[in-house]
Amino acid sequence: MLRFLLGRLGLLIPTFIGVTFVAFTFIRLLPGDPAELLAGERGISPERKAEVMRQLGFDKPYWQQYLDYILGIFQGDLGTSFSSKKPVLDEFMTLFPATAELALCAIILAVCIGIPAGIFAAVKRGSIADQAIMGTALVGYSMPIFWWGLLLIILFSGVLQWTPVSGRISLLYFFPQVTGFMLIDSLLSGEKGAFLSAVRHLILPSIVLATIPLAVIARQTRSAMLEVLGEDYVRTARAKGLAPKSVIGLHALRNALIPVVTTIGLQVGVLLGGAILTETIFSWPGIGKWLFDSISRRDYFVVQGGLLLIAGIVMMVNLIVDVLYGLINPRIRHN
Amino acid sequence: MTNTSPATGADTDKVQAASRSATWANLAEFWYYFSRNKGAVIGLCIFVALVTVAVLSPWISPHDPDMQYRDSFLVPPFWEEGGKSTFILGTDAVGRDILSRLMHGAAYSLWIGVIVVTISLCVGIVTGLISGYAGGTVDTFIMRLMDIILAFPALLLALVLVAILGPGLTNAMIAIALVLQPHFVRLTRAAVLAERSRDYVVAARLAGAGHFRLMFKTILPNCLAPLIVQATLSFSNAILDAAALGFLGMGAQPPASEWGTMLAEAREFILSAWWVVTFPGLAILITVIAINLVGDGLRDALDPKLKRS
Repeated sequence: MLRFLLGRLGLLIPTFIGVTFVAFTFIRLLPGDPAELLAGERGISPERKAEVMRQLGFDKPYWQQYLDYILGIFQGDLGTSFSSKKPVLDEFMTLFPATAELALCAIILAVCIGIPAGIFAAVKRGSIADQAIMGTALVGYSMPIFWWGLLLIILFSGVLQWTPVSGRISLLYFFPQVTGFMLIDSLLSGEKGAFLSAVRHLILPSIVLATIPLAVIARQTRSAMLEVLGEDYVRTARAKGLAPKSVIGLHALRNALIPVVTTIGLQVGVLLGGAILTETIFSWPGIGKWLFDSISRRDYFVVQGGLLLIAGIVMMVNLIVDVLYGLINPRIRHN
Repeated sequence: MTNTSPATGADTDKVQAASRSATWANLAEFWYYFSRNKGAVIGLCIFVALVTVAVLSPWISPHDPDMQYRDSFLVPPFWEEGGKSTFILGTDAVGRDILSRLMHGAAYSLWIGVIVVTISLCVGIVTGLISGYAGGTVDTFIMRLMDIILAFPALLLALVLVAILGPGLTNAMIAIALVLQPHFVRLTRAAVLAERSRDYVVAARLAGAGHFRLMFKTILPNCLAPLIVQATLSFSNAILDAAALGFLGMGAQPPASEWGTMLAEAREFILSAWWVVTFPGLAILITVIAINLVGDGLRDALDPKLKRS
């Protein structure tokens, strides 16, 4: 197992170095330069511009800038945002819980509905229920989520007025952030109605973000279950006279879940990409919206740091999924 | 020296005829399995209809897509109160006919799909072939490069690339193609690794086939099935990603009637004029569903494992 883990880590290191290089290079390819951006419409004299570029380290040779950047990463210094004047890492840590809360709710929703739906469709293969579930999954899989979000706003916020249009909690409530997760903090605050307000704000963005992962998980579960249900050991379990529930739950599902776990892990990238759209539609103050706004504003160090941190999260989750996969499937571990 | 005896010429003709009939037999077999999937056939019909509308839109659309009717701002669809029969699906905030814009927008979406898939397929196949065929350091380098691209969420990477290249449809297509091509590289490489030690490849090598011929004429045709299925999925992804970029203001720019851009322009009216938001999204959804249905059918028809089941 240790060799397997070291092998996976060994693959990760060059990829991480590559990611740092990409993030570093990309922001230097953005049109304009940071000094002009900082000056805004006021303009900047050549002397002052040279001074600003020197302060930001942009006057140094390219390789030296890269080296400084790598050293900064190891010291937790990802630069300072031009717009907020705060360190990028601090901003990220402040906003990340909002995205994590949204992504966690979305993935829980996707798993809790997607896996049972996939199992049911596989067990009832060819039935109307199977076709309905797979048809719905196809629609979910093909959904432009930014449009889906707008439709839900029209229906639930506009027509029915059940949910708010934007934000994480009503402005009526104010309490200190403890965990950054609004659901937990609102409970801890003890303010009456705060938790309900947080739930009402979270529900539509979670549904929107969960749509594609839910469809993918349902399709993958059905396909994995169908494969497993045709295996000899399932036939043997049935022949022994085991109850259908225990054949499906104990024998089939445990094996079918192996590829589903990988699929769930792969959804992290989808969730973080989808967070950009979802957070923009619902004005959700998370890292997706923060990054999109920073790209639009050309906030160099935020884009550079944000790219690195998000790629780092995706890589870490992929590593965890790989290790989990190795743990539950010895054939992978020994290859 | 290529002296061909009459007997050898006749043999060549026979081989060519047999090859042609085998191709027809393969196509017939493909259609047999594809047409068994009713969803795929429906998807194909919708797709053909979309292509027809896209091609004929300059002649069949009721209005000029950019024409602003100053007396008809936010007119609802004809069945709603206040609707006009000349604007079947209503008009947008500046009085443009939504149906005409949707018809012209179909051409944008299909064009985006074709260009993105062509770029990512060509680059992906060549890179994957080189990676799988060459092996060693070249393979490691290419695969790590693909890992780096895949470490970023696709939409985020596409957004940054568009920010570098400048907002616009062409740059959005380039960015999406770059983001999608690692899937083709990985698939091609995996297929090449599976095929390169097969007897027919060894035989071709022993017969004196060069690297180029081995890669493109011997191995590639036998790796095409998964690539065709992936191309279909990438086609729908390209349409969705381009619409998302358009929606975020980084793709096609107004007044283009690209569906994502139409949605972006309609955002502020979501609570007052449902039709400006509903129809462009519905057009994207129907197109992507149709292409995904075709993709599912292609997978069923081209995957030998599924054929047996």
